[in-house]
Amino acid sequence: MADQPLPIMPFLKVPEAGDPYLEGFQCTSCQAISLKTRMACGKCGGRDTLKPHKLNNTGKLHAFSIIYRAFPGIDVPFISAIADLDGGGTIKTNLVGLEPDPEKITLGMDIEVDFQIAPRKDAEGNEYMTYVIKPAA
Amino acid sequence: MGSEDVYITGIDMIKFGKFPDRSIASLGAESTLGAMDDAGVTINDIEALYSGNLMMAAGMVGQQIQQEIGQTGIPVVNCSNACATGATALREGFIAIKAGIYDTIVAVGVEKMAGAGMLGGGGGSKGIHPEGLLGSGSMPCVFAEAGMAHSKDYGTTFEQFAQIAVKNHHHSTLNPKARYQIETPLDEVMGAEMISYPNTKLMCSANVDGSAAAVLMSEKEMKRRGLEGQAVKIRASVLTTDPWTDRDEVMPDVNTCTRNAAKQAYEMAGVGPEDLDLVELHDCFATAEVLHYENLGLCADGEAGKLIDERSTWIGGKIPVNLSGGLLSKGHPIGATGIANQYELAMHLRGKAGKRQVEGARIGLAHVIGLGTCCGIHILEGPSA
Repeated sequence: MADQPLPIMPFLKVPEAGDPYLEGFQCTSCQAISLKTRMACGKCGGRDTLKPHKLNNTGKLHAFSIIYRAFPGIDVPFISAIADLDGGGTIKTNLVGLEPDPEKITLGMDIEVDFQIAPRKDAEGNEYMTYVIKPAA
Repeated sequence: MGSEDVYITGIDMIKFGKFPDRSIASLGAESTLGAMDDAGVTINDIEALYSGNLMMAAGMVGQQIQQEIGQTGIPVVNCSNACATGATALREGFIAIKAGIYDTIVAVGVEKMAGAGMLGGGGGSKGIHPEGLLGSGSMPCVFAEAGMAHSKDYGTTFEQFAQIAVKNHHHSTLNPKARYQIETPLDEVMGAEMISYPNTKLMCSANVDGSAAAVLMSEKEMKRRGLEGQAVKIRASVLTTDPWTDRDEVMPDVNTCTRNAAKQAYEMAGVGPEDLDLVELHDCFATAEVLHYENLGLCADGEAGKLIDERSTWIGGKIPVNLSGGLLSKGHPIGATGIANQYELAMHLRGKAGKRQVEGARIGLAHVIGLGTCCGIHILEGPSA
């Protein structure tokens, strides 16, 4: 079992000291930003051009849906959201800190990324760190 | 491009439904035989068979169909491209005839998925599954988010999305081959069980079993057989994949690949959206249809809401969309959909669409999206005879 919580996704970095952060890749040839590693740039096909790129923790809400019928074991309702991060990159995660009511969610609103321990562990009992977004303070 | 055209000379679909006691091969065989009968050919005239099926992609479904209808040893290609599977199978046949390799082929799409439940949200076995933690990957959610992005730009409302379902359920009451033939008024659609806002249960495509098939011929063969009276010309057959766009990695971009496919299809066919008499597009969820009004150029960007409010896409409207009932109400057996929607067009183009008939229909467009992501578009022209 690991001492540090494991990241839910490889682009979530959980350092031993300091806060977790999101880090994707940026292509040095065309500047495209992606979360996942690729063998060549997804936009321009550039070879050996992808360099690690830390993402910002602020952004804007681009789209959402409120899930009422989920797969077994998942509590409903919850808000699934797409957010554009300031400086580039788009993420998908739960929007928390708001009532899951379409009237209360404003498309385009300012959001912040937050990091928390995931409510589930893996089969070996390892704990995981995940990320969510919430309305900006 | 090759000099000769390619024609659909026979086409059929079975009534979509639940067939737990039928094998996938027998479902596929039924529409294949129907299409061959419609074209006046037998299995001995078919030079290749293109089979579209997603869920049993490794299962040699095309070969199983051959076993049902005549094992002549012809080449079989098993195709899968998510929900664009059927269009992909038909297009493979189209390009082979265009290349001059065959004169007569059959393409069949078939799927068994009644009771399949919610799709999407699948993932690897390591670590923890992100479903419900990093949003939802379910299909109702993915397409709800796509609809809400449209709402962000243009203020599209829940009610407008729901009107799509009212329309398509109404259309299917005129289609004896649709899975459902039930009117659903607006308050019933909006008040149905909410699956993933704004998509309620009645705004989600129906998981059903079904198949559809088409016999394609070269112009030379079509004429040799004297089939001008029923031959539907394939003016365009296009397939695109999602190009890189900024959000595509987390939010599948069904818009750009559709726009790219539409542009290529209109160019290939030498027509514009204003020339279309009817459209069958990919309404996997009510929210998706709205996007495709703009993606296919049926209206300008931002005008989809107006098209809905003015009922322009209803039967009798300026540009009828999904007269078959669409995926919402006719049903969406994944592999069959991309050929079933061309069946609908063919019926109108031949003047055989009964109560749904668009008077004087001459040109139709069929569109499918496969998440992951790809887009197939066909533009068909009615018989000149």
